[in-house]
Amino acid sequence: MTGMTAAGAAISFEGVGKAFDGPGGAWIAALQDVTLQVEPGAICGIIGRSGAGKSTLLRMVNGLERPTAGTVTVAGHDVGRAGGAALRAIRREVGMIFQHFNLLASRTVAGNIALPLEIAGTPADPIRARVADLIARVGLDGLAGRYPAELSGGQKQRVGIARALATSPKVLLSDEATSALDPETTQTVLRLLADINRELGLTILLITHEMAVVRDIASHMAVIEGGRIVESGPTYDIFTRPTHLTTRSFLGGVTGLTLPAFIAGKMLDHRPDGPSEEVIRVTFAGTHATDPMLSKLATELGIASNILAGAIEEVGPHPFGNLLISVDAARGAEARAYLEQHGLLTEVLGHVR
Amino acid sequence: MSANLMWLLYEATLQTLYMVAASTLLGTAFGLPLGVFLATSQQGELLSSPWLNKVLGLVVNATRSVPFIILVVAIIPLTRAIVGTSIGTNAAIVPLTLAAIPFIARLVENAIREVDAGLIEAARAMGATPMQIITKVLVREARPGITLGLTLAVVSLIGYSAMVGAVGGEGLGDLGIRYGYQRFMPEVMVSVVVILIVLVQLVQSIGEWIAARFDKRAPRNRGH
Repeated sequence: MTGMTAAGAAISFEGVGKAFDGPGGAWIAALQDVTLQVEPGAICGIIGRSGAGKSTLLRMVNGLERPTAGTVTVAGHDVGRAGGAALRAIRREVGMIFQHFNLLASRTVAGNIALPLEIAGTPADPIRARVADLIARVGLDGLAGRYPAELSGGQKQRVGIARALATSPKVLLSDEATSALDPETTQTVLRLLADINRELGLTILLITHEMAVVRDIASHMAVIEGGRIVESGPTYDIFTRPTHLTTRSFLGGVTGLTLPAFIAGKMLDHRPDGPSEEVIRVTFAGTHATDPMLSKLATELGIASNILAGAIEEVGPHPFGNLLISVDAARGAEARAYLEQHGLLTEVLGHVR
Repeated sequence: MSANLMWLLYEATLQTLYMVAASTLLGTAFGLPLGVFLATSQQGELLSSPWLNKVLGLVVNATRSVPFIILVVAIIPLTRAIVGTSIGTNAAIVPLTLAAIPFIARLVENAIREVDAGLIEAARAMGATPMQIITKVLVREARPGITLGLTLAVVSLIGYSAMVGAVGGEGLGDLGIRYGYQRFMPEVMVSVVVILIVLVQLVQSIGEWIAARFDKRAPRNRGH
């Protein structure tokens, strides 16, 4: 994501801002100075809490929202300044799926998938062939004549995906597409998106408030907070070396990073007087094993460590682990230096008496 | 009841059906587009033209405020200009249509406003023109609501058509007044009322049947 030139990117935000008219003539900034490039074929996940501005950012890519500052480019087109027929032509190159699916209740599965093609003026025969292909592609065989009310949530989202792919777009936007689905269905829908990304080389930009979604399919990610991108880069790098507080709190839910309550309640920012323990987060990437490292710590330096929490995760094909340990504060610096020396990342989270 | 009276009832029923059918068709031809426009032309909407929206809204409200019997008499010059005469069944169609247009427009507007805004967004994201969004999404999705609205309009027009006897419009209502009331023939009055009840019942049932055919939403989502 970083280091890409805007010209080569599938989607590019350059200094993008969005301000709304607030009450009393005040301007309310929804987005400020957002610069982000999504390279062709990437799956970029934007994560943020509700109201952080992620939806506004996503909707700028197909011109549903217009920036009040900066430039949004999709496949070389300046979306923010396009209007009328030019904007509609860009929109046909950008598919979009929605949290609540937004399917027409009055049209069958086939009818819903055909809609973007009808809108584009495609003749009936090619539409029929294309719709049949798409139905098979998203695994809805035999359901062409059903109405959305007769489908499950996962099936509805598959219709949404097929509809978004109908005009063979280069970019797919996903607006919380799995937020209304149960965890199991979420996995099957994410797998479908990942397959499509791989097979069609489609660039996917998705927004979500669930770190697990980003972990499972995003090659790149950006964290948005208060209308600004606070952290962005390859997902693996951010999962293993998060720098921003917001990122860490999102990671807490998916990486076993949360301290047990009985320790979290006693945590101090500064080392207290007298004997205390230092709480350290140890991150190991790739296939590094920590068990030998912690036992080596004990045998070689004589530093005992308590394991408080831990988990091994996969980001794409790469495993990485997080351990929360505590060691005698007097020897904390020594222990950290030793672990760092052996290729692990450490971070002091606090102290407990 | 004499064969003569039966013939009168038969003729009057046909006249009523003719007036109601003609004014429904004409009222829909003007009321449907007007309703669609009212539903899509507020500030920031598809056909955003807030000024025209307000003016048309005022005209619609004003027309709907005038009691029908007053409207019938008030527009006699217009009726004469259009039909060439101000009395008779054809003449009666003019005030009936004029009353139907704003009524149908409001019903259509309400039905269209019921359509989920997410569908408009999805259609915009597909690159649809405002006209495509209206025809392929809004009107189509609102079909069950529009059908029920038109059913309501037809039932109201059957009621209104009873008043056009005032300008020689004839029909069932006029027959009831002239024979049943003024000539003290209660059997005519009863027959007229029974025929009207059957007509309204038929229209309502057919309307609901068509609306249900259009309605593909899950049963729990049906707001009617």
